[in-house]
Amino acid sequence: MTTFHDPTKPKHVADRFENKHAAPVGSSAVVATTEEVRVTTPPEICGMGHRMKRKEDPRFIQGKGRYIDDIKLPGMLYMDIVRSPYAHAKILNIDTSAALAMPGVLAVITGKDLAAHGLHWMPTLMSDTQMVLPTEKVVYYAQEVACVIATSRYIAADAVEQVVVDYEPLDVVVDPYKALDDEVIIRDDKELKTNRIWHWEVGDQAATDAVFANAAHVVKQYMHIPRIHVASIETCGMVANYNPATGKMQLYMTTQAPHAIRTVFALVSGLPEHKIQVISPDIGGGFGGKVPVYPGYVVCAVASLLIGKPVKWIEDRSENLQADSFARDYHLEAELAADADGKIVGLRVNGLADHGCADAAANPSKFPAGLFSICTGSYDLQAAHVNFDAVYTNKPPGGVAYRCSFRVTEAVQMIERMADMMAHDLNIDPAEFRMKNFIKQDAFPYKSPTGWEYDSGNYHAALRKAMDMIGYEDLRREQAEKRARGELMGIGISSFTEVVGAGPSRDYDILGIKMFDSAEIRIHPTGKAIARFGTKSQGQGHETTYAQIIAEELGLPANDIEVEEGDTDTAPYGLGTYASRSTPTAGAAAAMAARKIKAKAKKIAAHLLEVNEDDLEWDVNKWQVKGSPEQAKTIQEIAFAAYTNHPQGMEAGLEATDYYDPPNLTFPFGSYICVVDVDSGTGEVKVRRFVAVDDCGNIINPLVVEGQIHGGLTMGLAPALFEEIVYDENGQCLTGTLADYLLPTAVESPKWETGHTITPSPHHPIGAKGVGESPTVGAPPAIANAVVDALWHLGVRHIDIPITPEKVWQALRDAGVTE
Amino acid sequence: MIPGEFDYHSPRTLQEAVGLLQQHGDGAKIVAGGQSLIPAMRFRLALPEVLIDINTIDGLEYIREDDGHLMIGALTRESDLEESALVQQKYHLLADAARVIADPVVRNRATVGGNLAHADPANDHPAVMLAYNAELIALGPHGTRAIPIDDFFVDLFENALADNEILTEIRIPTPGPGSGGAYYKVERKVGDYAISATAVQLTMNGNTCTAARIGLTNVSAVPMRATGAEQALIGKPITNEVLEAAGQAAATECDPSPDLRGSVAYKRDLTRVVTKRAIRQAVERAQGG
Ligand SMILES: Cc1cc2nc3c(=O)[nH]c(=O)nc-3n(C[C@H](O)[C@H](O)[C@H](O)COP(=O)(O)OP(=O)(O)OC[C@H]3O[C@@H](n4cnc5c(N)ncnc54)[C@H](O)[C@@H]3O)c2cc1C
Repeated sequence: MTTFHDPTKPKHVADRFENKHAAPVGSSAVVATTEEVRVTTPPEICGMGHRMKRKEDPRFIQGKGRYIDDIKLPGMLYMDIVRSPYAHAKILNIDTSAALAMPGVLAVITGKDLAAHGLHWMPTLMSDTQMVLPTEKVVYYAQEVACVIATSRYIAADAVEQVVVDYEPLDVVVDPYKALDDEVIIRDDKELKTNRIWHWEVGDQAATDAVFANAAHVVKQYMHIPRIHVASIETCGMVANYNPATGKMQLYMTTQAPHAIRTVFALVSGLPEHKIQVISPDIGGGFGGKVPVYPGYVVCAVASLLIGKPVKWIEDRSENLQADSFARDYHLEAELAADADGKIVGLRVNGLADHGCADAAANPSKFPAGLFSICTGSYDLQAAHVNFDAVYTNKPPGGVAYRCSFRVTEAVQMIERMADMMAHDLNIDPAEFRMKNFIKQDAFPYKSPTGWEYDSGNYHAALRKAMDMIGYEDLRREQAEKRARGELMGIGISSFTEVVGAGPSRDYDILGIKMFDSAEIRIHPTGKAIARFGTKSQGQGHETTYAQIIAEELGLPANDIEVEEGDTDTAPYGLGTYASRSTPTAGAAAAMAARKIKAKAKKIAAHLLEVNEDDLEWDVNKWQVKGSPEQAKTIQEIAFAAYTNHPQGMEAGLEATDYYDPPNLTFPFGSYICVVDVDSGTGEVKVRRFVAVDDCGNIINPLVVEGQIHGGLTMGLAPALFEEIVYDENGQCLTGTLADYLLPTAVESPKWETGHTITPSPHHPIGAKGVGESPTVGAPPAIANAVVDALWHLGVRHIDIPITPEKVWQALRDAGVTE
Repeated sequence: MIPGEFDYHSPRTLQEAVGLLQQHGDGAKIVAGGQSLIPAMRFRLALPEVLIDINTIDGLEYIREDDGHLMIGALTRESDLEESALVQQKYHLLADAARVIADPVVRNRATVGGNLAHADPANDHPAVMLAYNAELIALGPHGTRAIPIDDFFVDLFENALADNEILTEIRIPTPGPGSGGAYYKVERKVGDYAISATAVQLTMNGNTCTAARIGLTNVSAVPMRATGAEQALIGKPITNEVLEAAGQAAATECDPSPDLRGSVAYKRDLTRVVTKRAIRQAVERAQGG
């Protein structure tokens, strides 16, 4: 357990990581911004910048993907789970006899059975602990209590009903502020009898206080960033296949991080790591929810180990929504200070993180509140201080970085709401206010008051472009006319800065494993290739974009490159896909490995052409002699020679591996503008238009980027207007089905209008930044700001997301507006 | 989400289906579109021992006019209602509702008969049929009987059908001259049940309302008529004050429960607003708008 879990010595912890996670890198030359996507290869090669259709899609759209539930092994057994109807209760007795007596039931596994092997507790990725199955008490509603293994899925479900558990209900803590009182201790397994998990501070408190003391204007707001769920279409599942003859454990598993999981399984179970093979097949959405290890996975693997047969566990929708890791759930008290000219000078944030019954976040271990300290956003301010506490409550453990680089969504929601509030208070147009306060293009690399070094940016260009695309000035005129007629229309802006691509090994690790990532490329004699990665696509399109990076570097057609991920027996080690890290890490590794191959190819070409290496220059897909380009060897010719005619003394073959340790994170950004119409009778909000201008540096595939942005914007619309996990006072989850937990559909989504600017990352080998999460991070405050903008003249200053019809109705009626 | 064990029958005729109901008593359940029953079975909230699938019976899916009525076969899919030219031309209230029931995928399977037989106040058809003053035709071992809609909804999920009766047809009186109808629903997203919705069918003589029936959705334990709102309209010229009075009456007489869709206060006020909007639209249609 690392020290930040120890609430007795909180403050010192901050010193360990404050201002240390972003050492200066690269030159300080200003990075120029363009709008033209750079394309250097012809369509046959399809390197970077081509709108290549995704190579993986033909199998997906024909229903030929292979997901966990498609895996059927001979003699396979099925697991189902008995879950707690209480959020906090002592377990007095578990009677499994009736279930065991049913034909087809092989085993009922309880906490006591696991305790015999020391497996009833497991570490979380944040070095906290979490129950696999309880022996003493349950701490959240729908907690796993016992697992039934049977010969059919139906028998397993019937047997679950026959397991009789006697509970003695205990007082439940749902409100994290009540948890702070320590009147009910949730984790009485711990030495320290407190619900407090950690305390964390970053920034300069004294400097921030001084700035606030002299500030002309201060705005202050409490806000809740609600608990939400990734709700991927595919739920979690596993097929565990232990072969007693070979001693090998195959784990087919819905995981975003197969390699790290293998290591953790080895350490926890004692099985040798070479006898564990984690295979992550096609995954129907991860979004951070498939990074943690859930109890179901562990019991499924134990069951296979004990019985010696394959065991399948597939979570159903309600189990997924009720018991898997949540995201967000930050309570924030924010204060923003500005000087007399309307220039932002300082930010102060007090946060309370509700982690449920265990800190099961998947943050890099030195960052208990993730990368929340990016919260000064796109603004150049003098001082900032962030002060955080985390507590246990009777809810499922978490929280995961749902399509966001570790708590950046929370930070962006806060700073963009606060900036808007300040603009409105000062009666300055929110766009003008942002332009005035943005970090200027020539200030990059920019050192933020919380210790980050932003790699590159041009915030003015992105916002200007978004304003032009949407017709900002006309919309403001329309709004004024409508307001005069009593109609409610709002315009909201979000100019976010993301921080993605964890991360440099000096500061970023998960359970001690450094957050590099890897690529291994092998070129076959006929010039085709296989490339394997430590990451794992769950819909991001890696099979296409990685191939395009290699195509760009080597001139091999992207269609000639097979991309493989997710099998720990074949792929190089890596930390997996989440936090928009694949392009910044494994994408960089792809380029670096390709460059190693290119260097060897040069030697082979020199040998074949009988010239000195220095006389060669690279052109798209071949090494050619300077000054006489007709003398050239293509990469395919070189590949063939690497196996048939390589220089004596050189190793045969053409392959390379790269483990890429990024020098810094990447800082994608964008400006989003949203227009809403509000129904003053019903409180309904309709998103009329939404323009998103993203800058993710150099673009590998514009089609894939747009696809990521469309999906991400919809996932940003979701918490803004619809989604929230709700508990009643007994800790019962009220949103356990998709009829209650509201995912927006095509009907609720506006037409997403996308655009881009391109400001490359100066330190990334191909100048790219992550992008998958930008829209999820950037969209919610644009929508929230638009709704508040529509109501500001009525005296409405803030509405917490999700902005439901009832919340708007309440705000309207409070302001005396009715139909 | 694995249902309990059950037997399954797919009769070819209504008589056969009634026979099966007779034989299995209250352990048997009819399945039509399955869009309410199957979810309940997967949560094991419903545990029927026998399922009688009426999808294999011919002649239960139709929409036709006869003898001053619109006849709708119980197995008619919502999507067929939605696409019916007849419904769109003459039965505006029904057409409005068909477009907002569930989502397009559910509407392809869900049936009008199932929607009513389920007796769920959250469903949209009960309020619609209350406003239309529809008649439901049931077939049992001793033949058919007609049940007035006002007598059909007995309790939450409980209708007036006997255990051995099947709902076969819904009859809606064809609206006379000067009539208009409308359905106004507020939902959180497509496919959601109403936060509140109002069904109105009325007749106008000039600017005076001469007859009106109003049904409310999802604001009571049993599908209900807003008789107070009806009285606020009948015999009066339609003015903003009358609309407001009708809306307020509906808000007062409804009896919503608080849930994730909203508090009681919100649902009542929303009922006022949607009732006004539905009446206004129905009046416009009645006046040829
Ligand atoms: C995601 C989703 C959203 C929905 N949203 C809405 C909505 O917004 N508005 C709305 O109105 N509905 C909604 N529904 C419900 C849907 O319209 C159902 O289909 C309808 O309530 C039941 O019709 P069914 O044909 O599917 O009946 P089934 O589910 O097959 O049966 C329902 C009940 O009626 C009985 N039954 C069915 N037919 C007969 C018959 N002919 N005679 C006697 N008993 C019979 C069955 O035994 C059962 O008890 C939604 C459903 C889903 C899944």
